[in-house]
Amino acid sequence: MKPTEIEDIIDGLLSQHNKESSSPLIPVLQAIQNQQGFLSDESLRLVSDKTGASLSRVYGVATFYHQFRLRPEGKHKISICRGTACHVAGATDLYKQLVKELDLSPGEDTSTDGLFTLQEVRCLGACSLAPVVKVDETVYGKMTAKKLQEILDQYREEQQ
Amino acid sequence: MSGEDFLYGEDGIRINVGMSTCGIAAGANPVYTAFVKAVETHEIDAKVVNVGCIGACFAEPLVEIVSYDKPGVLYSNVNPDDAETILGDYLMGKIEKAWAIRDYTGAYQMELNLPVLDELPYFKYQVRDAIENCGIIDPENIDEYIHKGGYKALAKALKITPEEVIETVIKSGLRGRGGAGFPTGLKWKFTRPVTSDKKYVICNADEGDPGAFMNRLNAEGDPHKILEGLIIAAYAIGASEGFFFVRAEKPLMGKRLQHAVRDALEHGYLGENILDSGFSFKAEVILSAGAFVCGEETALMAAIEGKRAMPTTRPPFPSTKGLWGKPTAINNVETLAHVPKIIRDGPDKFAEVGSEKSKGTKVFCLTGAIQNSGAVEVPLGTALRTLVFDIGGGPYEGRSFKAVQTGGPSGGCLSEEHLDLALDYESLQAAGSIMGSGGVVVMDNTSCTVDVAKFFLGFTTAESCGQCTPCRIGLKRMHEILDRITRGEGKLEDLELLKYMSTGIIDSSLCALGRSAPNPVLTTIKYFEDEYLAHINEKRCPAGVCDALIKGYHVDSELCKSCGICVKECPVGAITQIEPDKKALINSDTCIKCGQCYTACPFNAIKEVW
Repeated sequence: MKPTEIEDIIDGLLSQHNKESSSPLIPVLQAIQNQQGFLSDESLRLVSDKTGASLSRVYGVATFYHQFRLRPEGKHKISICRGTACHVAGATDLYKQLVKELDLSPGEDTSTDGLFTLQEVRCLGACSLAPVVKVDETVYGKMTAKKLQEILDQYREEQQ
Repeated sequence: MSGEDFLYGEDGIRINVGMSTCGIAAGANPVYTAFVKAVETHEIDAKVVNVGCIGACFAEPLVEIVSYDKPGVLYSNVNPDDAETILGDYLMGKIEKAWAIRDYTGAYQMELNLPVLDELPYFKYQVRDAIENCGIIDPENIDEYIHKGGYKALAKALKITPEEVIETVIKSGLRGRGGAGFPTGLKWKFTRPVTSDKKYVICNADEGDPGAFMNRLNAEGDPHKILEGLIIAAYAIGASEGFFFVRAEKPLMGKRLQHAVRDALEHGYLGENILDSGFSFKAEVILSAGAFVCGEETALMAAIEGKRAMPTTRPPFPSTKGLWGKPTAINNVETLAHVPKIIRDGPDKFAEVGSEKSKGTKVFCLTGAIQNSGAVEVPLGTALRTLVFDIGGGPYEGRSFKAVQTGGPSGGCLSEEHLDLALDYESLQAAGSIMGSGGVVVMDNTSCTVDVAKFFLGFTTAESCGQCTPCRIGLKRMHEILDRITRGEGKLEDLELLKYMSTGIIDSSLCALGRSAPNPVLTTIKYFEDEYLAHINEKRCPAGVCDALIKGYHVDSELCKSCGICVKECPVGAITQIEPDKKALINSDTCIKCGQCYTACPFNAIKEVW
């Protein structure tokens, strides 16, 4: 995104936000991430300039909450539920399978081809379908290693 | 038909499709579309309504067809392809394929052999109050809430003094449903007399416990009820502004609450001079950016103030110095959901059920290794056994009950000996666990309690805000010890060390996260010590979960029935069927020890190699 576009998002939100009741900082970061998919260095600096919050505070907030990410996302976002119900239903094995399949090194969450970003989520609230994996907005319930493999293959085929 | 006309289409028929997050995940969207189409195909004027969830998640997608003169007929696990037949049959009076009916009155007689919903084991023990309208009314239609008696409590409350409202809530015995169980009326009583130019009320809807989704279900299915509770709370303490602090991972909940706020404003239940009472109040929905620690009230307020969500010391309590330093009352979604009925029907009605010190009902979320998972509302004091076995149907066939975790990651793991425990705040605490938000995760013989303790500690380690050293570093060290044990590198002294560290962390952490995080470790050591010892002494995981301890799998050819299921399940093609009798054989070189075959084999023919 261009700096001017980011500035427009910030200005738009600040103009309608009632600062008296709640701080605009988190809503501004949420709005940028919704548009850009992540928070770039540049956007953090712009937020700091426009809101008057120090850059260290903006960075602190951006790294504290799970929702924010500081690196671009892959084309498809795979969210694997690591909630309790999914855990006892075998989510750890599925997670390991995904890390292996996407060939992710420790600390990385996006495959080198940029097709997938893997995200661990706490609980999708669909515990009765455990274990659950979400690809973009589609929820796949009662997952098995086999089903997961088929789903990945399907997205890869679509890409080609 | 009468004043209820608006609930149905011209032909007096209404089709409710359960479309909460859980329903949508189970496939409710295509079901909804299929019913809209079926209505067209059958050329009737029926209203197809997007409703919340009745809590029977195992039966979703769930559809209920109601006629203005007949009780509802419910269909479970509905496939979109069947919509046209279901509706066609229904119109001809054929309802044999239904799951249950609401009542035997009207056109439906006993001989249909269909159970009445409230007599099904899943519903029989329930007493519905907080979630009574969920799955029945259209959450985005304020008129349907009003039709169910909504906003009457607000009108009643505004005619009495705030002090009288507070007294009524105190008398009911309502305690906070978010975890700690502090008496709600007292919280308001402390906030009321504090003089300030501004006061706030906050609805804590930052439901973060994995395995707990009662708040989501409640607010998605009946948002006005929570809003009405919040407005009454605001009137009671004298607040002019309020917030719903909603978990970002649960966006539909935020959307529904936002919708409710907008409609209530239009109808004069919010805003200036509400119902000509002179009382003014505005409410706003804030989306949390996601941090488990926000469940702690001081951390939650820090988040609204745009800071990192770090808890602060109490006192000062929020009742005197809360959001922006002003007096603030924070209540959980479910707590607020009880308030309208307490005001409308009186405190005694609420206190009719429950135990001596824990009045009323509580929504529990049953998940894990259990047949009927979902959300159920039962009187406080209901036995754990009733919840797990009578309502939840117990573990899956061929499995046996092992443990139950109550209260989320900060709760405790209880064993078979606790099944007769009455579920209330005191008895759970006495057993080393907590009520928490009411998550109940059932584990069977295929779950390893050491692994589960490690899982919870991994969660709380990641969620620690980091300001208290014992919590930030202590939990991490405990997690490392547990990890060592699950890899077969544990030492006998580790158990004492874990207990010692737990006590230290509990004693020296500032907030409830650190003070309760060691609970799963302490309770599993207390109630499942054998399992720890098997890992430490025998380097064996009795449940077969800790795969670092498993050397591989082999097929017991005596038990193998050559069904080929394991071959299909194996993700790496490591299993082949060998002639002449097609018994399965696992190639240990390609096997990745994922255990899929072990879980899938219906004959227990696959065995671990230790």
